[in-house]
Amino acid sequence: MKAIYALFNNPDSAQQAVDDLRRDGVPDNSITVITSQPYEEYEFSHRYKPTWLFWIAAGGGTLGLLAGLGLTYFTATAWPIVTGGMPIVAWWPNIIIMFELTMLGAILATVVSLFITTELPTKQRPIYDPEVSRGKIMVAVEEPKDNEVARLERTLRASGIEDVKQVP
Amino acid sequence: MNLQAEQKINADLLRPLRHTSFKFYLLVAFLGTIILLGAGSWFYQMSNGLAVAGIKWPIFWAFYITNFVFWIGISHAGTLISAILRLVNATWRRPVTRCAEVITVFALMIGALFPIIHLGRPWLFFWLMPYPNERGLWPNLRSPLAWDFFAISTYLTGSTLFLLLPIIPDFALMRDQMSGWRRKIYSVLALGWQGTTKQWHRLEAAMQIMAIAIVPVAVSVHTIVSFDFSMSPVPMWHSTIFGPYFVVGAIFSGIAALIVAMAILRKVLHLEQYLHPLHFQNLGKLLLLMSLLWGYFTFSERLTTWYGNEPSEMAVFWETQTGSYAPLFWTMVFCNFVIPFPILAIRKLRTITGCVIASSTIVVGMWLERFLIIVPSLATKNLPYTWSYYRPQPVEIMITIATFAAMVLLYTLFSKAVPIISVWELKVGKHEKPVPSAAEEEERELWRVRP
Repeated sequence: MKAIYALFNNPDSAQQAVDDLRRDGVPDNSITVITSQPYEEYEFSHRYKPTWLFWIAAGGGTLGLLAGLGLTYFTATAWPIVTGGMPIVAWWPNIIIMFELTMLGAILATVVSLFITTELPTKQRPIYDPEVSRGKIMVAVEEPKDNEVARLERTLRASGIEDVKQVP
Repeated sequence: MNLQAEQKINADLLRPLRHTSFKFYLLVAFLGTIILLGAGSWFYQMSNGLAVAGIKWPIFWAFYITNFVFWIGISHAGTLISAILRLVNATWRRPVTRCAEVITVFALMIGALFPIIHLGRPWLFFWLMPYPNERGLWPNLRSPLAWDFFAISTYLTGSTLFLLLPIIPDFALMRDQMSGWRRKIYSVLALGWQGTTKQWHRLEAAMQIMAIAIVPVAVSVHTIVSFDFSMSPVPMWHSTIFGPYFVVGAIFSGIAALIVAMAILRKVLHLEQYLHPLHFQNLGKLLLLMSLLWGYFTFSERLTTWYGNEPSEMAVFWETQTGSYAPLFWTMVFCNFVIPFPILAIRKLRTITGCVIASSTIVVGMWLERFLIIVPSLATKNLPYTWSYYRPQPVEIMITIATFAAMVLLYTLFSKAVPIISVWELKVGKHEKPVPSAAEEEERELWRVRP
């Protein structure tokens, strides 16, 4: 992937750079910010706030509930044997299995959808700089047009940083 | 937070991973020897049958099931506490959560081992799993033992994921900061994590959902463990209070174990700058609350039994109050209430040392509590001609000691492989809130709604 990026020492400068890029006409979905920690307080990290994850978890929970319902019902009726004087399909104890499988379904759905939406695991790390792990904040513009590179470089340098890099 | 402060956190928390002293190898060798002795004892038991253990009719549940309930209780230290603190957004939780979550995973693994050790033919443990035999006959899912399987598997799966998900960004940190073979391993474990804003958002949302889901699961697990007892018409077991009583006891012992673990980590890994007296103070307050709740439940349980005056229950009751189990019972009361209560209630005594003393007695007291729930009821059950006694045998004692050694070893190895304090979560706790101008806010709002 082609990209141009700059590394900032603090989130305020990174936010400033993001604002400058937007003023420059760069669309939000071309700007990537990479950090070593979440900066919830800064606007640049708010773009992905809306998420379907809660609904997906609820869907996983529903599937788990149905699995629990099916497991307890069909195993009890597959070979009906009375135990402990309970009915063949005994709802009170079945609720326990159904509850556990509901929660398991919600948990697994959450984790699977997390991996899918964040594209993990992946071998490729198209835009990354190990300096990020030392606390720097990367602001990158993905797939810039050739005639825009010089202008983007000027915009990124406007925040006072020296080092602007290009990938590849 | 400036770059220097951030790099100092990286250096401090990754130091235990980079430097290993000979004491570490000595400790591993020592613990490994104990575990081998425990494994040998188990093998001896498998070769000679359960007769070599002290369990005999009518006391078929003793040390092993005590350990099972105890370790499942200890497991409530981590994920449950961490999830609750995460949900209420307690900022002081940040250095504590991982220390706690690790306890949950390892304690559950050890706890789940005991029903298998307790089996006469442990290699057939998979019969508990929900699959049919060759005649199409499924396990009886109406049995509390089957509920245990589902509850513990769900809790172990959830707790392991709850522990592992926030480690991924720390694996990425180690991938960048380490060299040689470690770099290669951490590169694989980091799964290609970059740290984009999207990844952080999704991770935090997932952790929020996991926290919401794991709290009821944790409560259900120990309630279901209590059902192993309360579903039976055994004196002092058949009680409606057992579910909450077990859950309270589990959280109580779990917090105590967490405080002990944190104090050891603080000392050994030199984490004084991160695990402050405030963390012990706050956990000490929680422990005080749990001590009071435990006292309340114990009193309620005993009072209703005494007031009901049912002969078979009173036999067990007096056996624990004044009979052969009385020394253990009163030691338990001292360990769980009389000693910790003043230490934790008086602010001057609620120091790190005070909290560790109180927690250590509670861990002992809660083990005794589990033993006193199980053995006296079976030893003094209904018909006097069946009454018996129980003496633990060397095999059971050795296996019990080995599991404590296993817990320490697993914890030690984990803290050598992964920062025991979540690096990125700790940094988030040190952020200063930006104050954008009204014009900047307005401008950003426009960008947000722009197609």
